[in-house]
Amino acid sequence: MKELVISGNEAIAYGAIRAGCCFFAGYPITPSSEVAEVISLELPKIGGRFIQMEDEIASLAAVIGASLTGEKSMTATSGPGFSLMQEHIGFAIMGEVPCVIVNVQRGGPSTGLPTHASQGDVMQARWGTHGDHEIIAISPSSVQECYTFIIDAFNLSEEFRTPVIFLTDEVIAHLREKLVIPEDNSINVINRLKSNVPPEEYKPFDTSYGKIPPLADFGSGYRFHITGLTHDETGFPTDDSKKTELLLNRLRDKIIDNRDRIVKTDSFMLEDAEIAIIAYGSVARSAKEAILIARDKGIKLGLLRLITIWPFADKEIADMAKNVKAIVLAEMNLGQLKSTVEAAVKGTCDVFTVGRADGEIVTPSNILNKLKEVGIVH
Amino acid sequence: MSKKYEIRLSGSGGQGLILAGKVLAEAAVIYDGKNATQSQSYGPEARGGASRSEVIISDEEIIFPKAQNIDLLVALTQEACSSYYKDLKEDGILLVDSKLVTDIPEGKFKVYKVPIIDIALKETGKTLTANIVALGLVTELSSVVSRKAVESAILSRVPKGTEEINKKAFLAGIKKAEEIKKKSNH
Repeated sequence: MKELVISGNEAIAYGAIRAGCCFFAGYPITPSSEVAEVISLELPKIGGRFIQMEDEIASLAAVIGASLTGEKSMTATSGPGFSLMQEHIGFAIMGEVPCVIVNVQRGGPSTGLPTHASQGDVMQARWGTHGDHEIIAISPSSVQECYTFIIDAFNLSEEFRTPVIFLTDEVIAHLREKLVIPEDNSINVINRLKSNVPPEEYKPFDTSYGKIPPLADFGSGYRFHITGLTHDETGFPTDDSKKTELLLNRLRDKIIDNRDRIVKTDSFMLEDAEIAIIAYGSVARSAKEAILIARDKGIKLGLLRLITIWPFADKEIADMAKNVKAIVLAEMNLGQLKSTVEAAVKGTCDVFTVGRADGEIVTPSNILNKLKEVGIVH
Repeated sequence: MSKKYEIRLSGSGGQGLILAGKVLAEAAVIYDGKNATQSQSYGPEARGGASRSEVIISDEEIIFPKAQNIDLLVALTQEACSSYYKDLKEDGILLVDSKLVTDIPEGKFKVYKVPIIDIALKETGKTLTANIVALGLVTELSSVVSRKAVESAILSRVPKGTEEINKKAFLAGIKKAEEIKKKSNH
C-alpha cells in the first residue's frame, strides 16, 4: 500500500492514468495547471500523448478527436476556459463522445479571482452549453476522492458515451493531504462498448443494442460520420422531426433511466438530525466540522453531501426533507442550487442558504452563525 | 497529542513558504505517521504579494483543512504579521524575522524575534534558505514533528546538490530555537 502526500490536482492526474487515460490536451490555467503539469510528465512514460493546445476550444476539440480513435481522453481547466469549452461539450454530448473535463472552480465571472476558490460553475456545468441535454458532474471532497472519483468519471463517460464534468474547486485542488493508492483489485475500470459488426455494416448511432450504441475506433477500418447536427443512426444529418425526437429523447433517457446508478450522495450524522446541511466539494468538510461543534452543544445537525451534482439528487433530498425541520444549503457561491433544492423539497421544510463568493471557503462558523441568524438554533 | 496543531507560514511570494509547508506536511504524514493537511493562499504574482501556507497536524482525521486557531504563526514580512496575528491562539507562538518585522502586535501570545534571513545568509551564504531555517525553528518550537522526519522530508524535496546547505540551514534553525527555549526557561 503506497501512501503519498499530494495535492488534489496531482491526484486527478494519477487517478486519470489509473482509469486508462492515454490522451490529454489542454491550455494551462490557474488553479488547474498542476493536472496538466503532472500528466504531461506521466503520459509519455506509458506511451500516451500530451498536447498543449492554443486555447481551450482547441483543447476539447483535440480531446474529442482522440477519444474517437478509442483512447480515453481528458482536459483540465478553470472558469474562463470552461466557458470556452461549452461549444464542444455540446458537440461531445451530441456526437456521444466519451471524455472527461476537469473544471477546477475559481472566482468569477470572467477572469475573476484566478488564485481563489469558488463553486460558482455548478449551473454552468448543467446548462452552459445550449439545447436540451443531460450532463453528469461529480464533485470530490478530498485528495483521496480526486483519485477515486476521477476513475468513476471515466467509467461513466465510457459506459454512457457522454462527456463527464469533474467539478472540483481550488481548495481541494491545492490541498495536500494523504493519498493511499488503492490496491488493483479494488479498482473497477469500465471501457466503452466497441463494435462487433464488420465496418461495412457499422452504424455509429445504432439503437438496436439499446440506448447506448457501440462506438468503433477511428483509424481501425471503420468509416463513419460524427456531426453536431441532428442526425440519424448513420451519423448523417437529418431534420426529420420524428428522428430528431428519437435522438433527443434517447440522449436524455440514457442518463435519466440510469439515474439511480449514477447519482451518489453521502451522509454524516443524518440518522437523527433535525436540521440538515446540504453541501458538496470542499464546503462539505466545513459542514462536517460545523456538525461536530453543534453536536457538542446538543444540536442535532447532519449532512447530506452531494457527490454527483448532476443528475441532481432530488429523490434523496425529498426523502431527507420529510425527516428534518430545516435544510441549510452551504456552497461557495451566492446560492446557485437553492431553487433546485427547493424544487426537490416541495415545501416540506424551510430551505436556507449560506454562501460566499469572495474567494474564501465557507467556514464552519459561517454555517453555525447562519443557523443562529435564521433562528433555527439559539 | 490528541488535539490538532495549526501552523501558518506567512510572508511574501517567492520566500519559499509554500515549499516549507509541503515539507512539514510530508514529514508529519510519511515519516511520523500522523495526519496532516497543507493548504495555501497566494496572489497571481510569481514574486511579491502576500503569501501564506498552512499546515494542520493531528493524530486524528482533519476535517476542515484551513487554519482557524493558530498555534504557531511565522511572519517573514510586516504585512503578513499585521494581517494574521489576530488568528493566533491566546497561548500561541508568534515567530518573526526581527529585521523585517519591527512593529510587533500586542497580545497574550509568546513572541520570538529571530533574524531568520540573516542566519540563512551567515550559515549558507544564501538568503534563499531562510525557509529551511524557519523550518528548523518551527520543528523545535512546536514539537509536533520529529527532527528526523523533517530532515528526511527536506532531503527528499530539495534539488540534488543542495542537500548539504539545506541541512546546514535546518540545523541552524534548530540550534537557534534551542537557545530561545533555554533563555525562556530561565
